[in-house]
Amino acid sequence: MNNIIKVGMADLQCAVPPSTLRTSGLGSCVGIIIYDALKKTAVMAHIMLPDSAMAKDRSFNRSKYADTAVEDMISCMKKKGSPLYSLKAKMAGGAQMFQFSSSSESMRIGPRNADAVRQLLRQHRIEIVFEDTGGSSGRTIEFDPSTSVLEIRTVNKGVVQV
Amino acid sequence: MMNQFSRLNDMHMDVLKEIGNIGAAHAATALSTLLQKTIHMHVPSVELVPFEQIADTAGGEETLSAAVLLRIEGEAPGNMFFMIPAEEANELAGSMIGRSVDLTVEPMDPMGASAFNEVGNILAGSYLSSLADFTRLDLQPSPPAAACDMTMALLSSGLIESSQYGDYAIVINTKIEESGGTAASVHGYFFLLPDPESLDKIFQSLGVSLDE
Repeated sequence: MNNIIKVGMADLQCAVPPSTLRTSGLGSCVGIIIYDALKKTAVMAHIMLPDSAMAKDRSFNRSKYADTAVEDMISCMKKKGSPLYSLKAKMAGGAQMFQFSSSSESMRIGPRNADAVRQLLRQHRIEIVFEDTGGSSGRTIEFDPSTSVLEIRTVNKGVVQV
Repeated sequence: MMNQFSRLNDMHMDVLKEIGNIGAAHAATALSTLLQKTIHMHVPSVELVPFEQIADTAGGEETLSAAVLLRIEGEAPGNMFFMIPAEEANELAGSMIGRSVDLTVEPMDPMGASAFNEVGNILAGSYLSSLADFTRLDLQPSPPAAACDMTMALLSSGLIESSQYGDYAIVINTKIEESGGTAASVHGYFFLLPDPESLDKIFQSLGVSLDE
């Protein structure tokens, strides 16, 4: 029985087969998957902002920001018995949905999110096996930990598996 | 977590509802004139919506919508959306330029996009100017931008400011519909998402304190 675990906006979830991880309607947000292909475990986060220094509430949601989410994803995988060197990553999202002529800072948040995630993964020496970021299209993604296949759906290109 | 929002009581919600009422009434009139159809406006809803559920207010996460987004600048910044289902946007834009349009195809048909953008601009502009009159706040719209995609992906672009304060946005949502509505009739939504910091300003301008 295939069980889809839904990852909401500013949310983080772990999965083992036969469950898959899915997050819908990524715009400027970035969907990050960190997985262990051998142990077939994975964790997915749907981040909205690049840096928790932007938080204006003290008890903020750690899954909302790239830096705190990646930290939590790694510790979640470690707890499941996957050391850092066994981890790989895939990522998608970071689009700029609206093309403004006067580009305010908040409208460029998509590319900034993607940059932040890329940099954080590099810092932790986690290889990014695949990324589909930027552009101006919304994405819905689903990751299957048993095959490490990421399915990306967009309105224009349909479904792509990587 | 909801410090900025937890102080809102029923009276505050009513004030925000009135803002939605005034703004959308003007915009609905503008749309009626533009389409030469009678446009009916529903009573606005004002809700503190968790990000999770925000797309549900406009028909679900992955439904296709066309939206015009403009950033409100000035004394009470925020984001404003005019959003309608993609097929209706196609029809609307198509009837304006006299040929069929599919806004979901990339790259966007420039004529079609510009027609839809203009509709959104007129509507959002009339919403905003009545809001500025009512509150006597200095509010200017940024040049608008149009996009057609998954509803959730579009709406999330308006949540960046709110998301720095918590996992909720205050959404002033007004549904508009063609009168005598058949399934094929025009219906759309206005979403006003004030930045959390703007709420104080809006209430002050109307003589309501946030701490009452």
